[in-house]
Amino acid sequence: MTAASLTDESPRRRRAARRGTPYRGPVRKNRFTAGRIAIHGLLALCSIAFLAPLLMVLSASFSSESAINDKGYSLLPRHFTTFAYRYVAGDPSQILQAYGVSILVTVTGTLVSLLVMSMLAYTLARRDYTLRRPLTLYLIFAMLFNGGLVPTYILITQYLHLQNTLFVLILPYLASPWFVILLRTYFASLPAEIMDAARIDGAGELRTFFQVVLPLSTPALATVGLFTGLVYWNDWWLGLLYIDNEHLAPVQLFLYRILSNIDYAASTPQAGHLVTAPVQTVRMAVAVLAIGPIVIAFGFIQRYLVRGIAIGGLKG
Amino acid sequence: MPAPSVAASARKGRRPQGPPLDDPPAPRRDSTVRTRRQARRRADAVLLLMGAPALLLLLLFNYLPMAGLVAAFEDYRPREGFLHSSWVGLENFRYLFTGSDTWHITYNTVLMNALIIAATLVCSLALALLLNEVRDRSPRAAKVYQSAMFLPFVFSWVVVSYFVLAFLDADHGLANQVLKAFGAHPVDWYSDPGPWRIVLVVVAVWKGVGFWVVAYLAAILAIDPAYYEAAAIDGASRWQQSRRITLPLLTPMISINLLLDVSHIFHADFGLFFQVPRNSTPLYPTTDVIDTYVYRSLTSLGDVGMSAAAGLYQAFVGFVLVVGANWLVRRRDPDKALF
Repeated sequence: MTAASLTDESPRRRRAARRGTPYRGPVRKNRFTAGRIAIHGLLALCSIAFLAPLLMVLSASFSSESAINDKGYSLLPRHFTTFAYRYVAGDPSQILQAYGVSILVTVTGTLVSLLVMSMLAYTLARRDYTLRRPLTLYLIFAMLFNGGLVPTYILITQYLHLQNTLFVLILPYLASPWFVILLRTYFASLPAEIMDAARIDGAGELRTFFQVVLPLSTPALATVGLFTGLVYWNDWWLGLLYIDNEHLAPVQLFLYRILSNIDYAASTPQAGHLVTAPVQTVRMAVAVLAIGPIVIAFGFIQRYLVRGIAIGGLKG
Repeated sequence: MPAPSVAASARKGRRPQGPPLDDPPAPRRDSTVRTRRQARRRADAVLLLMGAPALLLLLLFNYLPMAGLVAAFEDYRPREGFLHSSWVGLENFRYLFTGSDTWHITYNTVLMNALIIAATLVCSLALALLLNEVRDRSPRAAKVYQSAMFLPFVFSWVVVSYFVLAFLDADHGLANQVLKAFGAHPVDWYSDPGPWRIVLVVVAVWKGVGFWVVAYLAAILAIDPAYYEAAAIDGASRWQQSRRITLPLLTPMISINLLLDVSHIFHADFGLFFQVPRNSTPLYPTTDVIDTYVYRSLTSLGDVGMSAAAGLYQAFVGFVLVVGANWLVRRRDPDKALF
């Protein structure tokens, strides 16, 4: 490159700097060069591949049962109909109940989890805390080694007797060492002067934490809260192990049981006409109802999740 | 999961910035009554109380089960419990390691995890570099691409099993429609173990790659633009810039992530190996891993002692791998070590 072309490009460099993106060399007038179009094509193709499974389930739920039986699943609905949804709406009690359990578990779990984890994280962020080092070790060792499924299962079913209660869907995920550490790092990065000031003004430990530290930490709390909420909403593992009572089945477990044909078909009022029941499309309609809230929320929660990953990723 | 990288900041309680949170100055009116040490003890007690709920939960769901591992050395009877079941020493382990199952599930676990780690790394780096190329010129398109790749991250494995069913259902699935269109024989996917190694790797990459694209893209954004400007002035092409600047600067992060991934190679993602093949028995030759084996031995065979032994085997090897990986990470870059 000559000096002339450098000055030539300087407005572009300035613009690049303003956008916060690095100047990557002279760019041809046309923003769509062959290479750029190829990259866009490739990425667009990948994006479609990533979305295709969702599209297929969505279109299956809007197809007629006979079309699925004759021709199979497709990317676009065959013989568009809302029959499957009307069929589900005919007896919504089970799905509503599952929704109720999932919402209750997710909301309670996330709020309590945030409270419990941030309280521990705050104490571990305090340099003047005598027990800070041993308790941090206690936290980290819990991440490195675990008893595994068998002892946990026996403990919960035969000693704590938590099976078939809502507690078993909430308690085991309340304290996650990873998130405690994330919160702890965030709290430790807050300016200590603010907390000192609060204490000098006569605020006790609890008051400092709830009225000064927590309000300053909403970004970290939002990120950890969304990850925790996602864990609770998406969980079927605890239900699979500990819930037999169908009234306590969260959405994901309900979905699993439909697919493994354990109890859904048998307990619907139309059980007598099982032969004509629209199994394929109804299954997919229930799946769409289960992922609906997540997909709708995705636009809103994505940037918090991305921020959480970016922070974690950079630290790693 | 975000876990490995997040935890890296847990080391030794070093504070990234800001002055230490010193003792609050003792209130003057108390100075005659209470010594500084008493104030310290009181503050400690309050802090301990604040941390207590989470500490108790960890005790209950992490530490008590560790003690429950004694079941691996017992002929466990539910009626007698952990404390009174008869002690059989290493009998469960002998039973576990003389069967052919153990080697088979260990092989499956390690092989499948290795394939998934490699495929995810290659795909996420390639996609992050491609996204970075279009990001500055068409930020909106880049955002759409990234969202599409990230979306599968928020689905549960049960939902993913529905997606996979839409492709692989023997009668109605898209895969068999395509095979028939090309005149090939349709495959009975859920009873033919052959293709499942590839199926599981594809599904795992599809679900997990978005997370790593986001992570690597964030790391690329953090690279000092001056490098690119200097290279551009020297006439380096975009490809050369990616190859000679971006990739080398990502290498430390990649190697740390790889080490952490490898340290978890003994733990399979239960959802992937249980939900996606729909726990189909004919698929076990390629889909059965330690985690699904332990689950099955516990729930259908009810062999508590042997399942606990298998779990302890997994936890122990996993622990050794994590500690080893952490030692290697510490040698490279002490700041990145977990502990």
